[in-house]
Amino acid sequence: MPHISLPEGVPGIRSLVLFRPDTGQPLYELAQILLRGESPLSPAERELIATYVSFLNACVFCSCSHAAAARYLYKDEQQTVDLVLEDYQNAPISDKLKSLLTIAGRVQKDARTVSTDDVALARSFGATDRDIHDTVLIAATFCMFNRYVDGLATIAPAKDDISAYAQMGERMGTIGYVMPKPVSASV
Amino acid sequence: MPHIPLEEHLPGITGLLEYRQDTAAPIRVLTQILLRGDSTLTQGERELIATLVSYRNQCRFCTTAHTAAADLLLNEAETCEAVKQDFETAPVSEKMKALLAIAALVQQNGKNVTTEAVDRAKKEGATDMEIHDTVLIASLFCLYNKYVDGLASVTPTDPAFYTRLGERIVNHGYTRLPGGYDHLKK
Repeated sequence: MPHISLPEGVPGIRSLVLFRPDTGQPLYELAQILLRGESPLSPAERELIATYVSFLNACVFCSCSHAAAARYLYKDEQQTVDLVLEDYQNAPISDKLKSLLTIAGRVQKDARTVSTDDVALARSFGATDRDIHDTVLIAATFCMFNRYVDGLATIAPAKDDISAYAQMGERMGTIGYVMPKPVSASV
Repeated sequence: MPHIPLEEHLPGITGLLEYRQDTAAPIRVLTQILLRGDSTLTQGERELIATLVSYRNQCRFCTTAHTAAADLLLNEAETCEAVKQDFETAPVSEKMKALLAIAALVQQNGKNVTTEAVDRAKKEGATDMEIHDTVLIASLFCLYNKYVDGLASVTPTDPAFYTRLGERIVNHGYTRLPGGYDHLKK
């Protein structure tokens, strides 16, 4: 049960932005620009970084919903997402993306541990300043979202509710991050 | 040295926010609403939450900057220092102690916030909105701390820098300066 009175039946971040829409609006704008705006990283790659960080933070709602969005965006190669979560170093992704996921993992744990060597390795695989910047900001942003969603104990469909998350993934992969409409419910 | 090229006259967070202004805009708006908008928590109390989280993340830039802002808003430096050392014995209200305890749990992982921690805050009179804002401020500063340290932006050592920054945060707030930051070039 959520720690505060949130709109009933609405999961995760959606319940929080309905609780406080004035802070919700910039949160959704940030997600949209960061994950769908102009970047050298594809939306699928960016969703993968978001998923990986949310997975490391053990945030069920964020990791399952962004995994579903990444699967939707990876289309025929949707198994990539689960292979990355299992062991990204041996997943069928580029060396550049592997080195960026290493940086994202360090940001999740303790950002001060992102080393010059980590960054040099990413550059050796072709990562640009913007690739590195966007990776760090996506990782940092999801450390915020994960804490917001779990810190207030929002509800989430069970991990194995594949269809609930697939629906979210399709929405995130098509219309992107748009504020939910207020529910005309009891609260 | 930063991991990516940033404007030399803009250490800490400012160079990052100027590096990519389209993502900076909603981050700035969110911060302004949360830390300076209408709230039953004072601006000083909200800066204490930001400072505690930054301190626990060992982000020197954010800790020093928000300590400067909190000190200005509270008109003294003892409270913020005491909050960082041990908020349970700091000269703040019982409600603030309970909210700072929630923020400290959020800093570790959102999942660590227990029903007991929330019940304690409610018993001390905290509203749902205050608990919400505490969690979101704590989460937002995890973003800031990780952004600043993950890209190794420069942390000035001159105390005068933080005095000026604290004054800017208190007197202007978190929105981008209307004319940008070129006037800060030496």
